[in-house]
This record gives sequence, structure tokens and C-alpha cells, in this order.
Amino acid sequence: MSSTRTTPPSPPGTGRSVRRPGDRVFAGTAKGAGILILVILAGVAAFLVVEAVPALTAPAEDIPGDRGLAGYVAPLVFGTLLAAVIALLVATPLAVAIALFIGYYAPRRLAQGLGYLVDLLAAIPSIVYGFWGIFWLAPKLVPFYEWLEDDLGFIPLFAGPASTTGRTMLTAGLVLAVMILPIVSAISREVFLQVPSLHREAALALGATRWEMIRMAVLPYGRSGVIGGSMLGLGRALGETMAVAIVLSVSGGITLNLISSGNPSTIAANIALEFPESSGIDINTLIASGLALFVITFVVNMVARAIVNRRADFSGAN
Amino acid sequence: MSQISTAPVATGSSAPGGSRGTRRTGRLARWAPWACFAGAAVVVGVLWPLFDLNIALFVLYTVVLGTLAVYLLTRAVEGSRQATNRLVTCLVVSAFGLAMVPLVSLVWEVVSRGAARLDGEFFNSSLVGIVGEGGGAYHAIMGTLVITALTTLISVPIGLMTAIFLVEYARGRLKRAITFLVDVMTGIPSIVAGLFAYALFAIFLGPGIRLGIMGAIALSVLMIPVVVRSAEEVLKLVPNELREASYALGVPKWRTIVKVVVPTSIAGLGTGVTLAIARVVGETAPLLITLGITNATNLDPFDGRMATLPVYAYYQLTQPGVPPQFATDRAWTAALVLIILVMGLNVVARLISRFFAPKSGR
Repeated sequence: MSSTRTTPPSPPGTGRSVRRPGDRVFAGTAKGAGILILVILAGVAAFLVVEAVPALTAPAEDIPGDRGLAGYVAPLVFGTLLAAVIALLVATPLAVAIALFIGYYAPRRLAQGLGYLVDLLAAIPSIVYGFWGIFWLAPKLVPFYEWLEDDLGFIPLFAGPASTTGRTMLTAGLVLAVMILPIVSAISREVFLQVPSLHREAALALGATRWEMIRMAVLPYGRSGVIGGSMLGLGRALGETMAVAIVLSVSGGITLNLISSGNPSTIAANIALEFPESSGIDINTLIASGLALFVITFVVNMVARAIVNRRADFSGAN
Repeated sequence: MSQISTAPVATGSSAPGGSRGTRRTGRLARWAPWACFAGAAVVVGVLWPLFDLNIALFVLYTVVLGTLAVYLLTRAVEGSRQATNRLVTCLVVSAFGLAMVPLVSLVWEVVSRGAARLDGEFFNSSLVGIVGEGGGAYHAIMGTLVITALTTLISVPIGLMTAIFLVEYARGRLKRAITFLVDVMTGIPSIVAGLFAYALFAIFLGPGIRLGIMGAIALSVLMIPVVVRSAEEVLKLVPNELREASYALGVPKWRTIVKVVVPTSIAGLGTGVTLAIARVVGETAPLLITLGITNATNLDPFDGRMATLPVYAYYQLTQPGVPPQFATDRAWTAALVLIILVMGLNVVARLISRFFAPKSGR
């Protein structure tokens, strides 16, 4: 890299280096584009704040639901976190197992193709996941929810009454889990591939079985990558809109009951459902909730990237 | 390095070696695990009428029973270490199988339901004057093409120049800040990008505004970071010798970039841009709040509402009208066309990277 900046030897007397106008224009444009990224990001925050201010300062009875902005946003934040946490709990172990399968279990020649299959899950548009969730997954889960209600109903999570359509918080969480599976498994796979082969071969040479090798050499090395990857997945699950908007049956209110038809909505789904029909202060309220979502995902993504990048610095030859 | 590598060695040699499990010397035949699963399938199949099973439960019980059989058999013959190893192998393979269920069922569901209306009328007519049967998505497909083209037009130059800046010019704190924020920007929820575009235009043009260009700007917020990341990866792969050779001939830096660096990496750039397009073409949420929906064909992104394929699918499904079946069919066909579009772009991306790759592989 550094060698690219050595200027060609210039004849004596012309100064340190030749600055051609073309160079100056091109470098300026490139730098401008880079700075534009920062401006866009700042602009997203700034414009959201500007449009959210009327809702922040409005009297409580003007906000939909008559309980003020905090009362309006709180159940949404709860629903967002709940759905995302379900997704994360389901997806992370699965994703790690898939990453291990592709990295260490699948036949070498098939591994890349199988990895591509998992990546295909990421290419499917979120609205199609919504279609799939409401028409395929939800009806198939109804007997399962009835079983949960009958046999595990003493746990508050499965108190019921079980939804007859299957459009529950648990279904939404499962759809989200499928959607974040590819990103979590892609990042885990990447980190697992960076495990020095000397570590793995040393473990195998000492007679470790494949699982012992993975437990002793691969998992400790890849732990921070898995954590970072699942946080990226969390960020995606928090902001996922259409699938939740289609799948989840909403009736407001904070509840831990995962299998009934009365669920809190999520911030993103609520915006998608309400925005087209809203006007005036309602729009500002929705934008304020969007601002809350932006802040939450921004923080989650920042922490996740910090974790993943720390691993990147550490990997390689050192 | 040495510190790290000794740790697993130490535990690896002491812990399992000390256990009694290694004393067992028997070995199972290679086909034994398969036989376990076949046996489990037979057992569950026999019990099928008793428990009123369906196909999903059949597979589930077979896998559970087979895994259990493999574990116990291996434990009896080869010892607990091998048994744990086999158990994990079974779990990992079934996890992968489980992940394939959504993919297969989703594709099957969309294809079987969407194929009904995949006809000429769907691509030829809009929804003007359509109540019930017939009608199509011409206006929505054209709208998606217009918006996607506009988004690409905005995002690719900005993304490409930023990547060039990051790889060729930037250093120090600005570089680190931009790299980090581009990463974070990849995680912006799509609905927030839509709200941003709405807020931007609402401040200048008044509330309640719906324009095609707003959607393009919202999608650009989502697309730019993807373009930057992929272009950056590709530009980094261009060998430094090429740049140095060009400098040695007295070529200015900007011409080196335009004539040497970019052409060398053109295949990777094409792949990255295509994948970025594939990512935004299916975005629904930002378009839902910036473009709205219309039944008529509107191809002018600076004049009022436009229909796009994802939003069209959404509204056909959620507001189907009185006999809901026709609109629902249209929704599924729209979803199918969307998937074909995205998968097609993915395939094109692969082809680009295969056929336009630099001739001399290093």
C-alpha cells in the first residue's frame, strides 16, 4: 500500500512532486464521495430528529393512544426486542452448527455449494418471507402451539390461549430467525476458517476426535466472531419490517405470552402498517419511534462491528 | 502464536487421555450409523398408525431416535469420546437439514402458488379498472425497473468513488472513520432509510408527499454501503506491481486508477454492483412509505405515486378486495417474479465474476 504513494522521481527543481489538475480533481471527487457517506449518515439522524421534534413536544393526548409518546413507543420497543431475542436464541446455535458443518463436516467438494445454498436464504426478499410465514409456517405451527398450551401452559411464555391462526410472536421470531441465519452463519464461517490449521492439526495429531478438535481449537478461537456475528444478526432482526408486519397479529399491550393472538407490534412493523394511512402529528410520532429504532440498531451494530473488527486485527499471520 | 497453540495441546493430551473411554478398542463398521437411522425409520414407520403422525413428525422422531441409537451403540462399542463425537456430528448435520427446510418449502410454496397467474396478462396490463379477475403488474414491474435504475445511478458512482478513496487515497483517522461508518450503515434498518427520505422531502415540499425519487434516495442509503464494501474488497486485490509499473511509466495517479486499477478489477466490481442491486430490488418497507401505491402506470419518478413490485405484492395480499382469491393469486405471482428477479441477478453476478475475470490468474 505505502509504495503506491511514492511519487515518480521528478527532475530536480520542480518541487516535491507534480500535482496535475486531473489528479487534484479526481482525488477531490473521491474524497468528496467518502465525506458524503458521513454526511448521509449524519443527515439520516438530523432529518429524523427534525421531523420527530413535533411529537416529542406534543401534549400527551395528541399522541395516538392518549398515553404520551413514551406510552406509545414502550410496547413497540418491547415487541421489537422480544421478537429479536427469540430470533437470536433460535438462530445462533443453528448458525454455528451450520458453519461447523460447512467448514468441518461436509465433503470438501460440496462445501462451497452448500454454503451458497445457505447464502440464498439471505437473497430472498423479506416480503416473500412474510408470505411464507403467514401461509406456510403459521398454520403448521398451530398444533404445536396447542400442544405447548396444554402441556407447558404453566410457563407464562406459553400461557395461551393458543392462537388459531398461528400469527404469534413466536412465529414472527422464528421467521426472523430464518432471515438472520445466513448472516450469522456467514460471519461464523469466516472466523472458523481463520483458525490456524496448526492448532487443528495439533489437536488431531494428539488423537482428539473431530468434536474435541472443534471444542478445543475452533470454538475458543472463533468465540468473539460468533458473538459479533450474532449481534449483527440481532441488528438485522431489530430492523426487519415486512415479514413481521405481515406475520404478526397485533393488539398492542406488553405481554410475555408468545403463543396467543394478542401481541405487541414491533417498531418497524408498526411504521409500515400505520404510515400509509397517517397524517399530521401521527407521522411525527411514527418518525420518533423510527428514531428510537435507529438509535437502538446503530448502537447494536457499532458494538457488533467493534467486536468483529477486533477479531480481524488479530487474525492472519500474527 | 506459541502461547496460543500450546494451550489446546496441553488440554487435549491430558483430559481425554485420562478418561476410561480410550481403553475401549472396538470399532463400529462404517455403515453402522446409517443402519441406526434406517432402523429408527422402520421403527417410527411401524408406530405411524398408532400415533397419528405426519411427515414432519416422522422425520423428527426418526432423527431423534436414530441419533440416540448411534450414541448408545457407539458408547457401548467405542467409548464415550467417540460417542460424543458421533452425537455432535448428527446434531450438526441435522441443523443443516433444518436450515434447508425453510428454503425448500419457501421456494416450493412461491412457485406452486405463483405459477397460476404467471401469464402474458400479468406482464402486459396494469390494474386500471380491474375488479376481481385478471389484471397484472405491468405498472409495478416498470416502476421497480425505473426506481432500481435510478438507485443504481445514484449509488454506484458514490459507492465506487468512496471505495477508490478508501483504497487509494485515504489514510489515518478519516479512513478508519469512513470504513467503520460504512459498516454500521450496512445495518441501518430499511424502514429507517425510508423515513429519512420522507423526512428529507417533507421538510422542503410539505408533508404527505410521495415521489419516485424519494424511494430511489431511500434505497441508495441502503445500497451505497453494500457497493462500497464489495468494491473495496475487489480493489484491494489489484496487485501493487500493476500500480507501480504504471507510475514508473510516468502515468498520473488518477489515470492509473482509471486505466489500470479499475479495468483489472472490473469483473469483481460488476459482481458487487449486481449483488447490491439484487439486495435492494426486493426492498419493500422504504418504498411503502415513500412511493405508496397506484393502479395506473406512472413512469415519472418526479411526479406522484408509483407502483413497485414488492409494494404491489404487499397490497394485493393485505387488501385483496371482495373475492380475495384473484388479488392473492396476483400477490403470489408478484412474489414469484420478485424471487426470479433476485435469483437471476445472483446468477448474473456469478457469471460476471466467472467470465470477466482477469485472464492471468495470479
